[in-house]
Amino acid sequence: MQLTDLTIHQLHDLLREGKTSAQEVTRAFLDRIAATDERVNAFITVCQQESLQQAAAADARLKAGDGAPLTGIPLALKDIFITEGLRTTCASQILNNFVPPYNGTAVAKLKEQGAVILGKLNMDEFAMGSSNENSAFGPVRNPWNGDCVPGGSSGGSAACVAARQAVATLGTDTGGSIRQPAAHCGVVGLKPTYGLVSRYGVIAYASSLDQVGPITRDVEDCAILLGAVAGYDPADSTSVDQPVPDYRATLKDGVKGLKVGLPKEYFIEGLDPAVKQAVEKAVDTLRGLGAEPVEVSLPHTDYAVACYYLIATAEASSNLARYDGVRYGQRVDQDRGLIDMYMQSRAAGFGPEVKRRIMLGTYALSSGYYDAYYLKAQKVRTLIRQDFLDAFNQVDVILTPVAPTPAFRIGEKTADPLQMYLSDIFTIPVNLAGTCGMSLPCGFSQEGLPIGLQLIGRPFGEETLLRTAYAFEQASDWHRQQAPL
Amino acid sequence: MKITRAQVERVAQLARLALSEVELDALTSDMDAILGYVDKLNELDTDHIVPTAHAVPLENAFRDDTARPSLGTDKALQNAPAASDGCFLVPKVIE
Repeated sequence: MQLTDLTIHQLHDLLREGKTSAQEVTRAFLDRIAATDERVNAFITVCQQESLQQAAAADARLKAGDGAPLTGIPLALKDIFITEGLRTTCASQILNNFVPPYNGTAVAKLKEQGAVILGKLNMDEFAMGSSNENSAFGPVRNPWNGDCVPGGSSGGSAACVAARQAVATLGTDTGGSIRQPAAHCGVVGLKPTYGLVSRYGVIAYASSLDQVGPITRDVEDCAILLGAVAGYDPADSTSVDQPVPDYRATLKDGVKGLKVGLPKEYFIEGLDPAVKQAVEKAVDTLRGLGAEPVEVSLPHTDYAVACYYLIATAEASSNLARYDGVRYGQRVDQDRGLIDMYMQSRAAGFGPEVKRRIMLGTYALSSGYYDAYYLKAQKVRTLIRQDFLDAFNQVDVILTPVAPTPAFRIGEKTADPLQMYLSDIFTIPVNLAGTCGMSLPCGFSQEGLPIGLQLIGRPFGEETLLRTAYAFEQASDWHRQQAPL
Repeated sequence: MKITRAQVERVAQLARLALSEVELDALTSDMDAILGYVDKLNELDTDHIVPTAHAVPLENAFRDDTARPSLGTDKALQNAPAASDGCFLVPKVIE
Protein backbone atom coordinates (compact mmCIF):
# COMPACT_ATOMS: atom_id res chain seq x y z
CA MET A 1 0.00 0.00 0.00
CA GLN A 2 1.38 3.39 -0.98
CA LEU A 3 0.61 6.69 0.73
CA THR A 4 -1.19 7.87 -2.41
CA ASP A 5 -3.63 4.93 -2.16
CA LEU A 6 -4.95 5.97 1.26
CA THR A 7 -8.13 7.77 2.26
CA ILE A 8 -8.55 10.91 4.40
CA HIS A 9 -9.46 8.87 7.49
CA GLN A 10 -6.57 6.42 7.01
CA LEU A 11 -4.04 9.22 6.49
CA HIS A 12 -5.42 11.17 9.44
CA ASP A 13 -4.78 8.17 11.71
CA LEU A 14 -1.21 7.76 10.41
CA LEU A 15 -0.51 11.48 10.80
CA ARG A 16 -1.92 11.61 14.31
CA GLU A 17 0.11 8.59 15.38
CA GLY A 18 3.24 10.15 13.86
CA LYS A 19 3.71 7.21 11.44
CA THR A 20 4.09 9.61 8.53
CA SER A 21 4.28 13.38 8.10
CA ALA A 22 2.21 15.80 6.05
CA GLN A 23 5.39 16.70 4.16
CA GLU A 24 6.06 13.05 3.27
CA VAL A 25 2.46 12.57 2.13
CA THR A 26 2.48 15.81 0.14
CA ARG A 27 5.74 14.88 -1.60
CA ALA A 28 4.25 11.48 -2.51
CA PHE A 29 1.29 13.16 -4.18
CA LEU A 30 3.46 15.77 -5.95
CA ASP A 31 5.57 12.89 -7.31
CA ARG A 32 2.45 11.04 -8.42
CA ILE A 33 1.16 14.18 -10.19
CA ALA A 34 4.51 14.62 -11.95
CA ALA A 35 4.49 10.97 -13.05
CA THR A 36 0.91 10.79 -14.30
CA ASP A 37 -0.53 14.16 -15.24
CA GLU A 38 0.92 14.24 -18.73
CA ARG A 39 -1.51 11.40 -19.46
CA VAL A 40 -4.50 12.73 -17.46
CA ASN A 41 -4.24 16.55 -17.70
CA ALA A 42 -6.25 16.94 -14.49
CA PHE A 43 -4.28 19.95 -13.21
CA ILE A 44 -4.27 23.49 -14.55
CA THR A 45 -1.98 24.71 -11.77
CA VAL A 46 0.22 22.63 -9.42
CA CYS A 47 1.33 24.36 -6.20
CA GLN A 48 4.71 22.70 -5.76
CA GLN A 49 6.27 25.03 -3.17
CA GLU A 50 3.16 26.40 -1.49
CA SER A 51 1.82 22.90 -0.80
CA LEU A 52 5.06 21.85 0.90
CA GLN A 53 4.99 25.02 3.02
CA GLN A 54 1.40 24.24 4.03
CA ALA A 55 2.47 20.67 4.84
CA ALA A 56 5.28 21.94 7.09
CA ALA A 57 2.78 24.15 8.94
CA ALA A 58 0.43 21.16 9.25
CA ASP A 59 3.21 19.02 10.70
CA ALA A 60 3.88 21.65 13.36
CA ARG A 61 0.18 21.71 14.19
CA LEU A 62 -0.01 17.91 14.39
CA LYS A 63 3.05 17.82 16.61
CA ALA A 64 1.37 20.27 18.97
CA GLY A 65 -1.59 17.86 19.18
CA ASP A 66 -3.86 20.40 17.47
CA GLY A 67 -4.73 18.37 14.36
CA ALA A 68 -8.19 18.62 12.77
CA PRO A 69 -9.53 15.82 10.50
CA LEU A 70 -8.08 17.55 7.42
CA THR A 71 -4.80 18.81 8.89
CA GLY A 72 -2.00 17.81 6.52
CA ILE A 73 -4.36 16.08 4.05
CA PRO A 74 -3.44 16.92 0.41
CA LEU A 75 -6.52 18.06 -1.50
CA ALA A 76 -7.06 19.77 -4.85
CA LEU A 77 -9.73 22.20 -6.03
CA LYS A 78 -11.70 22.62 -9.22
CA ASP A 79 -10.40 25.83 -10.79
CA ILE A 80 -13.77 27.46 -10.19
CA PHE A 81 -12.93 28.13 -6.50
CA ILE A 82 -11.52 31.59 -5.83
CA THR A 83 -8.12 31.21 -4.12
CA GLU A 84 -6.24 34.18 -2.71
CA GLY A 85 -2.95 34.76 -4.51
CA LEU A 86 -3.39 31.62 -6.61
CA ARG A 87 -4.42 31.93 -10.26
CA THR A 88 -8.06 30.94 -10.85
CA THR A 89 -9.02 30.46 -14.50
CA CYS A 90 -12.37 28.61 -14.59
CA ALA A 91 -10.62 26.89 -17.55
CA SER A 92 -11.29 30.00 -19.64
CA GLN A 93 -9.00 32.13 -21.75
CA ILE A 94 -10.81 35.19 -20.43
CA LEU A 95 -9.54 34.53 -16.85
CA ASN A 96 -6.13 33.25 -17.95
CA ASN A 97 -4.27 35.71 -15.68
CA PHE A 98 -6.79 36.20 -12.89
CA VAL A 99 -5.23 36.10 -9.40
CA PRO A 100 -8.05 36.49 -6.84
CA PRO A 101 -7.66 38.87 -3.90
CA TYR A 102 -9.57 36.65 -1.43
CA ASN A 103 -10.54 33.05 -0.59
CA GLY A 104 -14.07 31.75 -0.95
CA THR A 105 -15.79 30.28 2.11
CA ALA A 106 -15.29 26.58 1.29
CA VAL A 107 -11.59 27.13 0.63
CA ALA A 108 -11.19 29.20 3.79
CA LYS A 109 -12.78 26.38 5.81
CA LEU A 110 -10.33 23.82 4.38
CA LYS A 111 -7.42 26.13 5.12
CA GLU A 112 -8.58 26.70 8.70
CA GLN A 113 -8.36 22.95 9.23
CA GLY A 114 -4.83 22.97 7.84
CA ALA A 115 -5.52 21.04 4.64
CA VAL A 116 -2.78 21.11 2.00
CA ILE A 117 -3.84 22.49 -1.39
CA LEU A 118 -1.94 20.67 -4.16
CA GLY A 119 -3.36 22.76 -6.98
CA LYS A 120 -6.25 23.80 -9.21
CA LEU A 121 -8.05 21.33 -11.43
CA ASN A 122 -9.15 21.27 -15.04
CA MET A 123 -12.85 21.51 -15.87
CA ASP A 124 -15.22 22.47 -18.64
CA GLU A 125 -14.95 26.23 -19.19
CA PHE A 126 -17.19 27.99 -16.66
CA ALA A 127 -18.52 24.53 -15.68
CA MET A 128 -20.41 24.26 -18.98
CA GLY A 129 -20.06 20.74 -20.29
CA SER A 130 -20.42 17.03 -19.62
CA SER A 131 -17.09 15.76 -20.93
CA ASN A 132 -14.33 18.18 -19.91
CA GLU A 133 -13.65 18.78 -23.61
CA ASN A 134 -14.62 22.47 -23.31
CA SER A 135 -11.46 23.60 -21.54
CA ALA A 136 -9.02 26.27 -22.69
CA PHE A 137 -6.35 24.01 -21.14
CA GLY A 138 -7.14 20.90 -23.20
CA PRO A 139 -9.33 17.89 -22.44
CA VAL A 140 -8.92 15.71 -19.35
CA ARG A 141 -8.46 11.99 -20.06
CA ASN A 142 -10.22 9.25 -18.14
CA PRO A 143 -7.69 7.41 -15.94
CA TRP A 144 -9.42 4.10 -16.76
CA ASN A 145 -9.07 4.62 -20.51
CA GLY A 146 -7.22 7.59 -22.00
CA ASP A 147 -9.40 7.56 -25.13
CA CYS A 148 -12.49 8.28 -23.05
CA VAL A 149 -13.76 11.45 -21.39
CA PRO A 150 -13.75 11.68 -17.57
CA GLY A 151 -17.18 13.33 -17.65
CA GLY A 152 -17.77 16.95 -16.77
CA SER A 153 -17.78 19.60 -15.78
CA SER A 154 -15.70 18.59 -12.71
CA GLY A 155 -13.72 16.16 -14.93
CA GLY A 156 -10.36 17.14 -13.46
CA SER A 157 -11.68 16.78 -9.90
CA ALA A 158 -12.91 13.22 -10.54
CA ALA A 159 -9.96 12.10 -12.68
CA CYS A 160 -7.53 13.47 -10.07
CA VAL A 161 -9.02 11.25 -7.34
CA ALA A 162 -9.20 8.21 -9.65
CA ALA A 163 -5.56 8.77 -10.68
CA ARG A 164 -4.60 9.04 -6.97
CA GLN A 165 -3.08 12.50 -7.54
CA ALA A 166 -4.86 13.90 -4.44
CA VAL A 167 -6.69 12.24 -1.56
CA ALA A 168 -9.91 14.06 -2.38
CA THR A 169 -11.12 17.12 -4.27
CA LEU A 170 -13.89 19.69 -4.35
CA GLY A 171 -16.10 20.13 -7.39
CA THR A 172 -19.30 21.95 -8.23
CA ASP A 173 -22.53 20.52 -9.60
CA THR A 174 -25.11 22.53 -11.57
CA GLY A 175 -26.70 19.72 -13.59
CA GLY A 176 -24.61 16.68 -12.66
CA SER A 177 -21.08 18.10 -12.77
CA ILE A 178 -19.93 16.23 -9.63
CA ARG A 179 -21.98 13.03 -9.94
CA GLN A 180 -21.50 12.27 -13.64
CA PRO A 181 -17.67 12.56 -13.67
CA ALA A 182 -17.50 10.68 -10.34
CA ALA A 183 -19.48 7.86 -12.00
CA HIS A 184 -17.31 7.86 -15.12
CA CYS A 185 -14.11 7.77 -13.05
CA GLY A 186 -15.23 5.22 -10.46
CA VAL A 187 -15.11 7.49 -7.40
CA VAL A 188 -17.61 8.89 -4.86
CA GLY A 189 -19.21 12.31 -5.43
CA LEU A 190 -21.94 14.20 -3.59
CA LYS A 191 -24.05 17.18 -4.63
CA PRO A 192 -25.49 18.66 -1.43
CA THR A 193 -28.93 20.17 -1.04
CA TYR A 194 -29.06 23.71 -2.43
CA GLY A 195 -28.14 26.08 0.41
CA LEU A 196 -26.09 23.60 2.49
CA VAL A 197 -22.65 24.75 1.28
CA SER A 198 -21.81 28.42 0.72
CA ARG A 199 -21.32 29.56 -2.86
CA TYR A 200 -19.33 32.63 -1.75
CA GLY A 201 -16.10 32.70 -3.76
CA VAL A 202 -17.27 30.12 -6.29
CA ILE A 203 -17.40 31.50 -9.82
CA ALA A 204 -21.09 31.52 -10.74
CA TYR A 205 -22.59 29.60 -13.65
CA ALA A 206 -26.31 29.20 -12.83
CA SER A 207 -26.84 30.62 -9.37
CA SER A 208 -30.13 28.88 -8.51
CA LEU A 209 -28.61 25.45 -9.32
CA ASP A 210 -24.87 25.61 -8.44
CA GLN A 211 -23.68 23.67 -5.39
CA VAL A 212 -20.22 22.81 -4.01
CA GLY A 213 -19.50 19.19 -3.09
CA PRO A 214 -16.80 16.59 -2.37
CA ILE A 215 -15.30 13.96 -4.67
CA THR A 216 -13.57 11.23 -2.68
CA ARG A 217 -12.29 7.67 -2.67
CA ASP A 218 -14.88 6.32 -0.25
CA VAL A 219 -18.10 7.26 1.53
CA GLU A 220 -16.51 8.00 4.90
CA ASP A 221 -14.20 10.56 3.25
CA CYS A 222 -17.24 12.05 1.56
CA ALA A 223 -18.90 12.50 4.97
CA ILE A 224 -15.74 14.11 6.39
CA LEU A 225 -15.24 16.55 3.53
CA LEU A 226 -18.93 17.48 3.34
CA GLY A 227 -18.95 18.18 7.07
CA ALA A 228 -15.88 20.38 6.63
CA VAL A 229 -17.40 22.70 4.01
CA ALA A 230 -21.12 22.68 4.95
CA GLY A 231 -22.83 25.35 7.00
CA TYR A 232 -24.49 28.73 7.08
CA ASP A 233 -22.57 31.66 5.63
CA PRO A 234 -23.89 35.22 5.84
CA ALA A 235 -21.84 36.01 2.69
CA ASP A 236 -24.16 33.77 0.61
CA SER A 237 -27.74 35.05 0.80
CA THR A 238 -29.08 31.63 -0.30
CA SER A 239 -27.19 29.74 2.38
CA VAL A 240 -29.57 28.05 4.84
CA ASP A 241 -29.19 28.79 8.56
CA GLN A 242 -29.42 25.42 10.29
CA PRO A 243 -26.97 23.25 12.23
CA VAL A 244 -24.73 20.83 10.31
CA PRO A 245 -25.11 17.25 11.56
CA ASP A 246 -22.10 15.01 12.28
CA TYR A 247 -22.36 12.97 9.07
CA ARG A 248 -19.86 10.41 10.34
CA ALA A 249 -21.86 9.65 13.48
CA THR A 250 -24.75 8.01 11.59
CA LEU A 251 -22.76 6.34 8.80
CA LYS A 252 -23.00 2.88 10.29
CA ASP A 253 -26.71 2.93 11.16
CA GLY A 254 -27.56 0.56 8.29
CA VAL A 255 -30.51 0.38 5.91
CA LYS A 256 -32.86 -2.06 7.66
CA GLY A 257 -36.43 -1.08 6.76
CA LEU A 258 -35.26 1.81 4.57
CA LYS A 259 -37.62 2.37 1.64
CA VAL A 260 -35.69 2.77 -1.61
CA GLY A 261 -37.63 4.27 -4.52
CA LEU A 262 -36.98 3.09 -8.06
CA PRO A 263 -38.43 5.67 -10.49
CA LYS A 264 -39.77 3.82 -13.52
CA GLU A 265 -38.96 6.80 -15.77
CA TYR A 266 -35.22 6.20 -15.19
CA PHE A 267 -35.17 2.58 -16.32
CA ILE A 268 -35.94 3.28 -19.93
CA GLU A 269 -34.94 2.22 -23.42
CA GLY A 270 -31.58 3.64 -24.34
CA LEU A 271 -30.15 2.74 -20.95
CA ASP A 272 -26.91 0.84 -21.57
CA PRO A 273 -27.43 -2.87 -20.67
CA ALA A 274 -24.28 -2.95 -18.51
CA VAL A 275 -25.48 0.11 -16.57
CA LYS A 276 -28.94 -1.40 -16.12
CA GLN A 277 -27.50 -4.68 -14.89
CA ALA A 278 -25.07 -3.04 -12.44
CA VAL A 279 -27.80 -0.83 -10.97
CA GLU A 280 -30.22 -3.75 -10.63
CA LYS A 281 -27.52 -5.73 -8.82
CA ALA A 282 -27.04 -2.80 -6.46
CA VAL A 283 -30.78 -2.91 -5.69
CA ASP A 284 -30.40 -6.62 -4.84
CA THR A 285 -27.46 -5.83 -2.57
CA LEU A 286 -29.46 -3.23 -0.66
CA ARG A 287 -32.45 -5.59 -0.45
CA GLY A 288 -30.10 -8.19 1.05
CA LEU A 289 -29.08 -5.63 3.68
CA GLY A 290 -32.71 -5.14 4.73
CA ALA A 291 -33.80 -2.23 2.55
CA GLU A 292 -37.18 -2.33 0.85
CA PRO A 293 -37.25 -1.40 -2.87
CA VAL A 294 -40.46 0.32 -3.99
CA GLU A 295 -41.41 1.47 -7.49
CA VAL A 296 -42.11 5.21 -7.63
CA SER A 297 -42.90 7.66 -10.42
CA LEU A 298 -41.28 10.99 -11.29
CA PRO A 299 -43.65 11.80 -14.15
CA HIS A 300 -41.98 14.99 -15.40
CA THR A 301 -38.50 13.49 -15.81
CA ASP A 302 -38.66 13.73 -19.59
CA TYR A 303 -38.97 17.53 -19.41
CA ALA A 304 -35.98 18.13 -17.14
CA VAL A 305 -33.28 18.59 -19.78
CA ALA A 306 -35.36 21.15 -21.72
CA CYS A 307 -36.21 22.97 -18.49
CA TYR A 308 -32.57 22.99 -17.38
CA TYR A 309 -31.17 24.33 -20.63
CA LEU A 310 -33.44 27.35 -20.43
CA ILE A 311 -32.96 28.15 -16.74
CA ALA A 312 -29.22 27.43 -16.60
CA THR A 313 -28.42 29.35 -19.78
CA ALA A 314 -30.59 32.32 -18.77
CA GLU A 315 -28.80 32.57 -15.43
CA ALA A 316 -25.43 32.05 -17.13
CA SER A 317 -26.02 34.83 -19.64
CA SER A 318 -26.67 37.18 -16.73
CA ASN A 319 -23.78 35.92 -14.55
CA LEU A 320 -21.24 36.03 -17.37
CA ALA A 321 -22.12 39.64 -18.27
CA ARG A 322 -19.46 40.60 -15.69
CA TYR A 323 -16.64 39.51 -18.03
CA ASP A 324 -16.38 42.77 -19.89
CA GLY A 325 -12.64 43.48 -19.89
CA VAL A 326 -12.95 46.25 -17.28
CA ARG A 327 -12.33 44.99 -13.73
CA TYR A 328 -10.50 41.72 -14.41
CA GLY A 329 -9.86 39.27 -17.19
CA GLN A 330 -8.64 39.62 -20.73
CA ARG A 331 -9.27 42.86 -22.67
CA VAL A 332 -9.16 43.24 -26.43
CA ASP A 333 -9.28 46.92 -27.37
CA GLN A 334 -9.08 47.94 -31.02
CA ASP A 335 -9.71 51.61 -30.29
CA ARG A 336 -13.29 51.56 -31.57
CA GLY A 337 -15.00 52.58 -28.34
CA LEU A 338 -16.35 50.96 -25.18
CA ILE A 339 -19.03 48.69 -26.67
CA ASP A 340 -16.62 47.33 -29.24
CA MET A 341 -14.09 46.67 -26.47
CA TYR A 342 -16.73 44.61 -24.61
CA MET A 343 -17.67 42.66 -27.73
CA GLN A 344 -14.12 41.90 -28.83
CA SER A 345 -12.95 40.96 -25.32
CA ARG A 346 -15.82 38.53 -24.84
CA ALA A 347 -15.52 37.08 -28.35
CA ALA A 348 -11.81 36.40 -27.88
CA GLY A 349 -12.10 35.19 -24.27
CA PHE A 350 -14.99 32.71 -24.35
CA GLY A 351 -14.95 29.28 -25.99
CA PRO A 352 -17.70 27.94 -28.31
CA GLU A 353 -19.89 26.19 -25.69
CA VAL A 354 -19.86 29.23 -23.40
CA LYS A 355 -20.87 31.45 -26.32
CA ARG A 356 -23.64 29.02 -27.26
CA ARG A 357 -25.09 29.07 -23.74
CA ILE A 358 -24.81 32.84 -23.37
CA MET A 359 -26.64 33.21 -26.68
CA LEU A 360 -29.37 30.76 -25.75
CA GLY A 361 -29.84 32.37 -22.35
CA THR A 362 -29.86 35.90 -23.73
CA TYR A 363 -32.53 34.83 -26.21
CA ALA A 364 -34.63 33.11 -23.51
CA LEU A 365 -34.57 36.30 -21.42
CA SER A 366 -35.05 38.76 -24.27
CA SER A 367 -38.13 40.90 -24.64
CA GLY A 368 -40.98 38.95 -26.23
CA TYR A 369 -39.55 35.51 -25.43
CA TYR A 370 -39.26 35.66 -21.64
CA ASP A 371 -42.72 34.24 -20.91
CA ALA A 372 -42.53 31.55 -23.58
CA TYR A 373 -39.14 30.25 -22.51
CA TYR A 374 -37.76 31.36 -19.13
CA LEU A 375 -41.04 31.70 -17.23
CA LYS A 376 -42.37 28.49 -18.79
CA ALA A 377 -39.23 26.64 -17.66
CA GLN A 378 -39.57 28.00 -14.12
CA LYS A 379 -43.13 26.65 -13.99
CA VAL A 380 -42.03 23.24 -15.22
CA ARG A 381 -39.34 23.36 -12.55
CA THR A 382 -42.14 23.55 -9.97
CA LEU A 383 -43.65 20.35 -11.39
CA ILE A 384 -40.31 18.53 -11.33
CA ARG A 385 -39.65 19.58 -7.75
CA GLN A 386 -43.15 18.46 -6.75
CA ASP A 387 -42.49 15.02 -8.31
CA PHE A 388 -39.62 14.51 -5.88
CA LEU A 389 -41.53 15.81 -2.84
CA ASP A 390 -44.39 13.43 -3.68
CA ALA A 391 -42.02 10.48 -4.10
CA PHE A 392 -40.37 11.26 -0.75
CA ASN A 393 -43.77 10.85 0.91
CA GLN A 394 -43.44 7.16 0.01
CA VAL A 395 -39.71 6.44 0.22
CA ASP A 396 -36.56 7.50 2.12
CA VAL A 397 -34.13 7.55 -0.81
CA ILE A 398 -34.41 7.21 -4.58
CA LEU A 399 -32.02 4.99 -6.50
CA THR A 400 -31.16 5.47 -10.19
CA PRO A 401 -28.26 5.22 -12.63
CA VAL A 402 -26.05 8.35 -12.72
CA ALA A 403 -25.67 8.37 -16.50
CA PRO A 404 -27.31 6.32 -19.28
CA THR A 405 -23.93 4.99 -20.48
CA PRO A 406 -20.37 4.59 -19.17
CA ALA A 407 -17.80 7.21 -20.26
CA PHE A 408 -17.97 7.94 -23.98
CA ARG A 409 -15.03 8.52 -26.30
CA ILE A 410 -13.29 11.87 -26.62
CA GLY A 411 -14.80 13.63 -29.65
CA GLU A 412 -17.83 11.34 -29.83
CA LYS A 413 -20.45 13.95 -28.91
CA THR A 414 -18.76 17.29 -29.61
CA ALA A 415 -20.50 17.78 -32.96
CA ASP A 416 -24.02 17.53 -31.50
CA PRO A 417 -24.63 19.78 -28.45
CA LEU A 418 -28.11 18.33 -27.88
CA GLN A 419 -26.80 14.74 -27.61
CA MET A 420 -24.21 15.98 -25.12
CA TYR A 421 -26.93 17.71 -23.07
CA LEU A 422 -29.02 14.52 -22.99
CA SER A 423 -26.18 12.62 -21.28
CA ASP A 424 -27.16 14.53 -18.09
CA ILE A 425 -30.77 13.34 -18.14
CA PHE A 426 -30.58 11.46 -14.79
CA THR A 427 -28.69 14.11 -12.82
CA ILE A 428 -30.32 17.37 -13.94
CA PRO A 429 -33.69 16.80 -12.16
CA VAL A 430 -31.95 16.73 -8.77
CA ASN A 431 -30.56 20.25 -9.29
CA LEU A 432 -33.91 21.55 -10.48
CA ALA A 433 -35.55 20.07 -7.37
CA GLY A 434 -32.75 21.55 -5.24
CA THR A 435 -32.28 18.35 -3.31
CA CYS A 436 -29.19 16.18 -2.68
CA GLY A 437 -27.76 13.35 -4.74
CA MET A 438 -24.65 11.25 -4.77
CA SER A 439 -22.75 8.92 -7.06
CA LEU A 440 -20.89 5.83 -6.00
CA PRO A 441 -19.17 3.03 -7.91
CA CYS A 442 -21.37 -0.02 -8.58
CA GLY A 443 -19.67 -1.98 -11.35
CA PHE A 444 -17.82 -1.95 -14.65
CA SER A 445 -18.73 -2.26 -18.31
CA GLN A 446 -17.24 -5.03 -20.45
CA GLU A 447 -14.62 -2.54 -21.63
CA GLY A 448 -13.56 -1.97 -18.04
CA LEU A 449 -15.16 1.46 -17.59
CA PRO A 450 -16.70 2.33 -14.19
CA ILE A 451 -20.47 2.54 -13.68
CA GLY A 452 -22.07 4.83 -11.11
CA LEU A 453 -25.08 4.40 -8.86
CA GLN A 454 -27.05 7.52 -7.95
CA LEU A 455 -28.79 7.93 -4.61
CA ILE A 456 -31.13 10.90 -4.25
CA GLY A 457 -32.25 12.15 -0.84
CA ARG A 458 -34.83 14.50 0.65
CA PRO A 459 -33.82 18.15 0.95
CA PHE A 460 -31.14 18.18 3.71
CA GLY A 461 -31.31 14.37 3.79
CA GLU A 462 -27.54 13.95 3.38
CA GLU A 463 -27.28 11.73 6.49
CA THR A 464 -29.66 9.14 5.01
CA LEU A 465 -27.88 9.35 1.68
CA LEU A 466 -24.48 8.76 3.23
CA ARG A 467 -25.54 5.89 5.48
CA THR A 468 -27.23 4.14 2.54
CA ALA A 469 -24.10 4.63 0.45
CA TYR A 470 -21.91 3.40 3.30
CA ALA A 471 -23.96 0.23 3.76
CA PHE A 472 -23.74 -0.50 0.03
CA GLU A 473 -20.04 0.24 -0.08
CA GLN A 474 -19.27 -2.09 2.84
CA ALA A 475 -21.07 -4.88 0.97
CA SER A 476 -19.10 -4.35 -2.26
CA ASP A 477 -15.53 -3.70 -3.33
CA TRP A 478 -16.03 -1.52 -6.41
CA HIS A 479 -14.51 1.49 -4.63
CA ARG A 480 -11.29 -0.46 -4.01
CA GLN A 481 -10.61 -0.99 -7.72
CA GLN A 482 -7.82 1.20 -9.03
CA ALA A 483 -7.45 2.79 -12.43
CA PRO A 484 -4.56 1.15 -14.34
CA LEU A 485 -2.35 4.22 -14.53
CA MET B 1 -37.47 27.56 -38.27
CA LYS B 2 -37.54 28.52 -34.59
CA ILE B 3 -34.95 31.25 -35.05
CA THR B 4 -33.54 33.17 -38.02
CA ARG B 5 -30.00 34.27 -38.76
CA ALA B 6 -31.10 37.92 -38.32
CA GLN B 7 -32.44 37.13 -34.83
CA VAL B 8 -29.17 35.43 -33.91
CA GLU B 9 -27.25 38.54 -34.97
CA ARG B 10 -29.53 40.68 -32.82
CA VAL B 11 -29.03 38.37 -29.79
CA ALA B 12 -25.25 38.50 -30.30
CA GLN B 13 -25.49 42.28 -30.10
CA LEU B 14 -27.50 42.03 -26.85
CA ALA B 15 -25.00 39.53 -25.43
CA ARG B 16 -22.07 41.77 -26.41
CA LEU B 17 -20.38 39.08 -28.46
CA ALA B 18 -18.56 39.95 -31.71
CA LEU B 19 -19.20 36.73 -33.62
CA SER B 20 -17.73 35.73 -36.97
CA GLU B 21 -19.87 34.78 -39.97
CA VAL B 22 -18.98 31.13 -39.41
CA GLU B 23 -20.00 31.34 -35.74
CA LEU B 24 -23.29 33.03 -36.59
CA ASP B 25 -24.13 30.30 -39.12
CA ALA B 26 -23.30 27.51 -36.68
CA LEU B 27 -25.23 29.17 -33.83
CA THR B 28 -28.29 29.65 -36.02
CA SER B 29 -28.53 25.93 -36.67
CA ASP B 30 -27.55 24.91 -33.09
CA MET B 31 -30.04 27.29 -31.49
CA ASP B 32 -32.73 26.24 -33.93
CA ALA B 33 -32.26 22.58 -32.94
CA ILE B 34 -32.14 23.33 -29.20
CA LEU B 35 -35.19 25.63 -29.31
CA GLY B 36 -37.01 22.95 -31.29
CA TYR B 37 -36.22 20.47 -28.53
CA VAL B 38 -37.23 22.72 -25.61
CA ASP B 39 -40.58 23.25 -27.31
CA LYS B 40 -41.63 19.99 -25.66
CA LEU B 41 -42.30 22.03 -22.50
CA ASN B 42 -45.43 23.28 -24.26
CA GLU B 43 -46.93 19.78 -23.96
CA LEU B 44 -47.50 20.67 -20.29
CA ASP B 45 -50.34 22.85 -19.10
CA THR B 46 -48.75 25.26 -16.61
CA ASP B 47 -51.43 27.97 -16.50
CA HIS B 48 -52.01 27.58 -12.76
CA ILE B 49 -48.48 26.64 -11.73
CA VAL B 50 -46.41 29.04 -9.64
CA PRO B 51 -42.89 29.47 -11.09
CA THR B 52 -39.90 28.31 -9.02
CA ALA B 53 -36.97 30.73 -8.94
CA HIS B 54 -35.17 28.99 -6.08
CA ALA B 55 -35.68 25.44 -4.84
CA VAL B 56 -35.34 26.32 -1.18
CA PRO B 57 -37.97 28.76 0.09
CA LEU B 58 -36.02 31.66 1.57
CA GLU B 59 -36.93 35.09 2.85
CA ASN B 60 -34.90 38.05 1.67
CA ALA B 61 -31.58 38.05 3.51
CA PHE B 62 -30.95 41.47 5.01
CA ARG B 63 -28.03 42.63 7.11
CA ASP B 64 -27.67 45.64 9.34
CA ASP B 65 -26.78 48.79 7.42
CA THR B 66 -23.44 49.34 9.11
CA ALA B 67 -20.00 50.06 7.68
CA ARG B 68 -17.57 47.12 7.58
CA PRO B 69 -14.15 46.47 6.09
CA SER B 70 -14.09 45.81 2.34
CA LEU B 71 -11.55 44.72 -0.25
CA GLY B 72 -9.91 48.14 -0.64
CA THR B 73 -8.83 49.95 -3.78
CA ASP B 74 -5.47 48.28 -4.32
CA LYS B 75 -6.81 44.74 -4.20
CA ALA B 76 -9.88 45.67 -6.23
CA LEU B 77 -7.66 47.07 -8.97
CA GLN B 78 -4.97 44.39 -8.94
CA ASN B 79 -6.55 42.42 -11.82
CA ALA B 80 -7.69 45.39 -13.90
CA PRO B 81 -6.51 45.31 -17.54
CA ALA B 82 -5.97 49.08 -17.19
CA ALA B 83 -6.11 51.36 -14.13
CA SER B 84 -5.14 54.91 -13.32
CA ASP B 85 -5.35 57.11 -10.20
CA GLY B 86 -7.21 54.46 -8.21
CA CYS B 87 -9.83 54.00 -10.97
CA PHE B 88 -10.56 51.43 -13.68
CA LEU B 89 -9.54 52.82 -17.05
CA VAL B 90 -11.96 52.26 -19.94
CA PRO B 91 -12.15 53.49 -23.54
CA LYS B 92 -13.79 56.87 -24.00
CA VAL B 93 -17.57 56.60 -23.63
CA ILE B 94 -18.72 60.14 -24.53
CA GLU B 95 -17.23 62.08 -27.44
